[in-house]
Amino acid sequence: MHVFVMPSLGADMEAGTFVEWLVKPGQAVAKGEVLCVVETDKGAVEVETWTPGTVAKLVAEPGQRLPVGAVMALLATEGEAWEAVAASPVPAAAPAEGAAQPPAAPAAQPLEALAGAPGGRPRASPAARRRAQELGLDLAAVPSASVDGVISLADVERAATAAPAPAAPSAAAAPAPPAIAAPRAQAMREAIGVAMARSKREIPHYYLGTQLDVEAASLWLERRNAGVPVTGRVLFAALEIKAVALALREVPELNGFFADGRFQPAAAVHPGIAVSLRGGGLVAPALHHADTLPLTELMERLKDLLRRARSRELRASELADPTVTITNLGELGVDSVYGVIQPPQVALVGFGRVAVRPWVRDGALVPARVLHASLSADHRASDGMRGARFLAALERLFQQPESLA
Amino acid sequence: MSFTADQIRQAMVDSILEVAPEADFATVRPDRSLRGQIDMDSFDFLTVLEHLHARLGVDVPEADYARMGTLDASVAYLASRLAKP
Repeated sequence: MHVFVMPSLGADMEAGTFVEWLVKPGQAVAKGEVLCVVETDKGAVEVETWTPGTVAKLVAEPGQRLPVGAVMALLATEGEAWEAVAASPVPAAAPAEGAAQPPAAPAAQPLEALAGAPGGRPRASPAARRRAQELGLDLAAVPSASVDGVISLADVERAATAAPAPAAPSAAAAPAPPAIAAPRAQAMREAIGVAMARSKREIPHYYLGTQLDVEAASLWLERRNAGVPVTGRVLFAALEIKAVALALREVPELNGFFADGRFQPAAAVHPGIAVSLRGGGLVAPALHHADTLPLTELMERLKDLLRRARSRELRASELADPTVTITNLGELGVDSVYGVIQPPQVALVGFGRVAVRPWVRDGALVPARVLHASLSADHRASDGMRGARFLAALERLFQQPESLA
Repeated sequence: MSFTADQIRQAMVDSILEVAPEADFATVRPDRSLRGQIDMDSFDFLTVLEHLHARLGVDVPEADYARMGTLDASVAYLASRLAKP
């Protein structure tokens, strides 16, 4: 039997609100298959199973607020009859029944601050969004049966059958709770605050920085993009990610986790890309295996990740997997950034803006495009010598842009 | 296909609203820096160009990005780009 629990999607998450099941008891599920949708302060997240099997019993119910580790479902694994697993008692890890808990439980939030998403975009699970699009249904007009106002697939199906006329949804049966989105921006701010305070309290940071000559890399990228339609162009940010991912291979002490009192290197390089969200807050979902991706594919994945991060449609694995974080504040005119490490990671790489500066190359003063790169790293996992080695690798890679293709 | 300046302006506004739904064009000054008035990073700008490509069939080369600094400049630039055979 496999116990499918509320995942931890980062050190700053304590609980999530269960939104809906996308599977039924008796259904076989493969590794990586999405079983359900959970609402967190990072948005609606599709949660995958990493153990294949057959769904036996669905424990979590829509609207329940569940702490990390709470049992959501039981799966029968190979050789087990799912009916037998369904009949067995739910393991004790189950939390104190959260069903009756009022949705506004996390903290007493002033109701005035509620409103919906900043852009007026209704909050819905990714599956609900897709289905509504297929049906030509306006999500804003779909009443949510969930206590926190998140629209589920079931809500969309109900709305589709209930109101064949695209007219007034106001007369609908369920008096939809007014979009009482938990004041997400505030919840997210609090969660970030908790995680960052923990980081500063527990992680002995050290910081290194250096100016990189990126003229050659910029020219190389411009040449590459010149012959390419807008949909195929690669942003400089993609080049930065590839360079970091490759440099981390050379200094594995910066890629992994500090847990159980020791550093545990990660087997793969999954940089979390810091993305600021409209309306405040940020997330840093993983761009999986960035070191192995050809630049064009890395850019495609980056675009997809940014789009879904901003529409808050990330996968659980993307939030849980980052082995290091990359932040780029150059867009805002910042020259350099020294970030705070996201526990349990052990390093964060920061990039400022690419700007033309006077630069000495081969003894001559020349205008060159220059970029400041910084490393914040955990002294429990590495020291400045190794950190310096990382920045040196970064510098070398930017001098050989073909190696980043 | 040919478009009027108004159609181009509307396409520009609609494309920006796709990435920045909070933008209020009632207050955006068309002769001032767009990025100074609307939160857009290079990814957002690339997305705007993709929407413009879909709406107008225009492909803006990277070397011309600097010619789209304001709403007015963008409309003028796109009109001239679309006018070319």
